[in-house]
Amino acid sequence: MNRRNNNIATEGIDYTVIWLYGILVSIGVLCIFMVEYKAGSNWLSTFLGGKANYSKQLIFGGVCALVATFILLTDSKIFTAFANLSYLLGILLMLATFVLGKNINGSRSWIPLVGGFNLQPAELCKIFTSLAIAKFISRQEVDFSNLKSQLIAGVIALTPAALSILQHELGLALVYLSLLIAMFREGLPAQFLIIGSCFGILALATLIVERDALSITLTILAGLIIFLAYRQVRKKQRLITITAILSIWILCVGVQRYVVPYIFNNVLECYQSTRIYSMVGKDYDCSLNKKSNEKVTGKAARKPDDYNVRQSKIAIGSGGFFGRGFLKGTQTRGKYVPEQDTDFIFTSLGEAFGFVGCAVFLGLYLYFLFRIVRIAERQRSTFSRVYAYCVASILFFHIAVNVSMTIGLFPIVGITLPLISYGGSSLLTFTVLIFIMLRLDADRQMVLR
Amino acid sequence: MSAFNQNRSRIVQLIFIGAFVLITLQLINLQVFSTKYKMAADNNAFYRKVIYPDRGIIFDRKKRAILENTISYDLVVIPAESKGTDTLALCALLNIDTATYKKRMRDLIFKNGAVKPSVFEPLLTTENFARLNENMYRFPGFTLSERSVRSYPYDCGAAVLGYTAEVDTGFLRRHKDEGYEMGDYFGTTGLESSYEKVLMGQRGIKRFIRDNKGRIQGPWEKGEFDTAAIAGRNLYSSIDVELQKLGEKLMENKVGSIVAIDPKTGGILCMVSAPTYNPNYLTGNQRKKHLVDMMYFDPRKPLLNRTVSTTYSPGSTFKTLVGIIGMAEGVIDDQMTVSCGGSYLGCGRRMGCHAAGTFTLKPAISKSCNSYFAVAYRRILDNAKVNNRDITLGLFNEYAYSFGLGKKLGVDLPSERMGNIPTAKYYQKIFGKNWQACNIISNSIGQGEITTTLTQLANVMAIIANKGWYYLPHLIDSVEGGDDYEMLARFKVKQRTKNIAESIFEEVHEGMQGTMEFGTGAYAKVPGINVCGKTGTVENAYRGESLKDHAFFGAFAPRENPRIAIAVMCENAGYGATSAAPIASLLIEKYLRDSIAGPERKAKIEQLSNMNLIPPQMKRLMKPEPNTIKKENIKKAIAKN
Ligand SMILES: [Zn+2]
Repeated sequence: MNRRNNNIATEGIDYTVIWLYGILVSIGVLCIFMVEYKAGSNWLSTFLGGKANYSKQLIFGGVCALVATFILLTDSKIFTAFANLSYLLGILLMLATFVLGKNINGSRSWIPLVGGFNLQPAELCKIFTSLAIAKFISRQEVDFSNLKSQLIAGVIALTPAALSILQHELGLALVYLSLLIAMFREGLPAQFLIIGSCFGILALATLIVERDALSITLTILAGLIIFLAYRQVRKKQRLITITAILSIWILCVGVQRYVVPYIFNNVLECYQSTRIYSMVGKDYDCSLNKKSNEKVTGKAARKPDDYNVRQSKIAIGSGGFFGRGFLKGTQTRGKYVPEQDTDFIFTSLGEAFGFVGCAVFLGLYLYFLFRIVRIAERQRSTFSRVYAYCVASILFFHIAVNVSMTIGLFPIVGITLPLISYGGSSLLTFTVLIFIMLRLDADRQMVLR
Repeated sequence: MSAFNQNRSRIVQLIFIGAFVLITLQLINLQVFSTKYKMAADNNAFYRKVIYPDRGIIFDRKKRAILENTISYDLVVIPAESKGTDTLALCALLNIDTATYKKRMRDLIFKNGAVKPSVFEPLLTTENFARLNENMYRFPGFTLSERSVRSYPYDCGAAVLGYTAEVDTGFLRRHKDEGYEMGDYFGTTGLESSYEKVLMGQRGIKRFIRDNKGRIQGPWEKGEFDTAAIAGRNLYSSIDVELQKLGEKLMENKVGSIVAIDPKTGGILCMVSAPTYNPNYLTGNQRKKHLVDMMYFDPRKPLLNRTVSTTYSPGSTFKTLVGIIGMAEGVIDDQMTVSCGGSYLGCGRRMGCHAAGTFTLKPAISKSCNSYFAVAYRRILDNAKVNNRDITLGLFNEYAYSFGLGKKLGVDLPSERMGNIPTAKYYQKIFGKNWQACNIISNSIGQGEITTTLTQLANVMAIIANKGWYYLPHLIDSVEGGDDYEMLARFKVKQRTKNIAESIFEEVHEGMQGTMEFGTGAYAKVPGINVCGKTGTVENAYRGESLKDHAFFGAFAPRENPRIAIAVMCENAGYGATSAAPIASLLIEKYLRDSIAGPERKAKIEQLSNMNLIPPQMKRLMKPEPNTIKKENIKKAIAKN
């Protein structure tokens, strides 16, 4: 059972995924081309010169194809064997950035390599963490229904997240939270997700509603629930019920009055708090922010903080239903959207091809995700299934958050659009993620541990 | 294990779908239902460049251009690219100091940004342009940009032709949907204003794409949606520019005005308002300063068009009308005589008269006898057949209105005034219900409440010349390419006076010719031409100080086939016969003969031109020369403007 049929590496590979992968990377190069294109310039010569970002991205694509082929030719067992080791290596690399780190765009998360390339360990660590979680959950002695295993898996996922926050890479840190989706599939109680969502709603309410008003509302709500529950519940249980409700009430008010402000003032950077506040149309007072007070020698005055979102929404909105057409986007050509070839690449698509183009594009992505879920569900080995779910979760989170932030549904955190955004690091990471999954899937008849 | 939790796979898929649905909804909101993003995008990305068409040219009656366009140059700078400019050399060329240079640069960057072109020095003089043109290589970031400006080749006709100015916010508010934008020029006065619609042409719009720093990236869609500028239409005027120039020369050093009309068409042959200015004075780079000087600090008020915007008592010229109305109503006839002893005493109060004797209508006009027309006026008002002065005055006024008095004539110039023909109601208020003819007897000699513009008087002369009809006086005869806005239609309608027998006009012509032969207008004789004229003098005072009379002269010629009707007014010139009348005679000769014959007549031109009749009260105010006025005042005025 453990041997490959006819020793052909291509046997059992899911070509649908490869097609989707190829299409998306091509769309990405095209989008970068739209961003870089200048009317009148000879694009062919810039393309062949390899100086422009779209030709660089094509080169990255070629490199990734090589890497992908290499992964497909390897033995699946390598991934299980080195899962834990690679995770340790990843963590070490992330720690190394604190010593060797190079400051790029205000984040010290890059390690300079030879030839002018830079490595972002937090990016690669997504792969390693996925492997490590898959490895942990698939261990025979692990019963994922008990709390201890759940906590260990949580620690595996959240360690790189914590390190990312220390590197001021909030976006990357959030990505690791997405692994909760994979864990949920493996039996993580739904309460975690529900409580998490409740916390999110409460945090949002804290932003929108005035502090004391929210406290009073919560108190009234608690009183009302106690009043209603009092008659419903039998005498014996009354005390317990009321205690439970009261403690939830204390928890909520505590979160609302202290925890949320603490996160905004002490955990998040000033600009991050400002972005989140600006989402609900409010101003954040940076003098409250501990971090901004610490480093007085901050960056030079930046543009008004909703500039990015505004320009991004304008670009997408101006596309209308059918879009302005290929290379005809005025906002793209005028370079109105900052970082348009990386985090805001979706805007060039939205402007050029409008709602129709966006819908088709998102449909493609959704189909991709569903395909991965289907692949995950057909695995015999838990390792492969968990890993595939991790891939799906990470991809989903990247897509959802990236698109949401360009259309003003989510605060701006540095998260790329998988396979589309310009950048070798991001493309390589997703290539490796996806092709390891394909390799594992090709061997879906094997039981890997 | 695989089967366990499998239903959670569905939940995961639902979470995916939920997120995508949320994103799709927001996309629909942004892309399908909001138009504001599209507008914001256009605001971001388009730079609309307005291409100014050449304004229409105005020609005189012999197709000579009297208002045309020339090219002027602006010195334009893109501040961000001006590093490395030889500032000292540039300042020396422009005759400014480096502090001014720096200040201007700061202001431009503040107003327009550093990467967009801004005008550093507008409307360069020709010398400056030549010097700059040779040295442009030393001034990176600076360019010379062409623009079309108005020019007046004959240096005359300022009040008639008018000038253009940059639009202000008030103008934009009033002309919301006519496509004006900040920075446009529009005709502010004169024909420039009246015919703005056809002169302005149609602006062209070019759309350029610009980037996030405002730099132009190139034309939008290869200029497919650009519109070309369409030049303004040319206008053909009835003005005779030589006559105009002569009129302005004769009115030098005087305050007053001249209007000459072709009685056959109503076309205005010349229209002089004095003091005037060289219209080219308001086109160069000092135009704003000059305009402010003239508008606020020049006591001579050169911007005032005294032919249509000032009203005067018409004086004795009005007597012809009193005579005509009296005859038409049958209250006097050519046999009626009035004996005058040098004053009229019929109303108790003594009304002086320069002419003594016994007069019928003809000699009364020739000699301008006050007593005769006082009697005639009383007879009109006290008409026994009607026996109601309210009605008889109303009747009199109807005649006056039909002669184009007491209402705006509708000349194609802005700010025309209507003059005043007082009504019975007005007199009832002052003198009570039973007001008497004697209350208002000074009207009979054009001295009372009656006021007219000089154009109205010239028109009265044209009506008398035509014996009862006229065309509305106008300056523009035709528009090149057709009068699409029907701006000229009203000038083609023949207007008639109240029914007046031709014989009555014959009588008046006779009397007016007599004026020239042996009466008050003897100075205005034109050898070999039968001129019919009427002098007039109007007493006036300024702030209690009695001043010399205004001198009027109205005439038409030749009597047999009138080709010119003219009215001349010299303020505070004293007796009309020595200034207004000879000016009119020279203009009549010039127009009818195309030149002034004989050295004696030519000398007369110089003599009249040099005659200084600036009234003393104006001279006193003129003492401080305009250039000694404190600069702050000018600045204040500019700020107000
Ligand atoms: Zn008399």
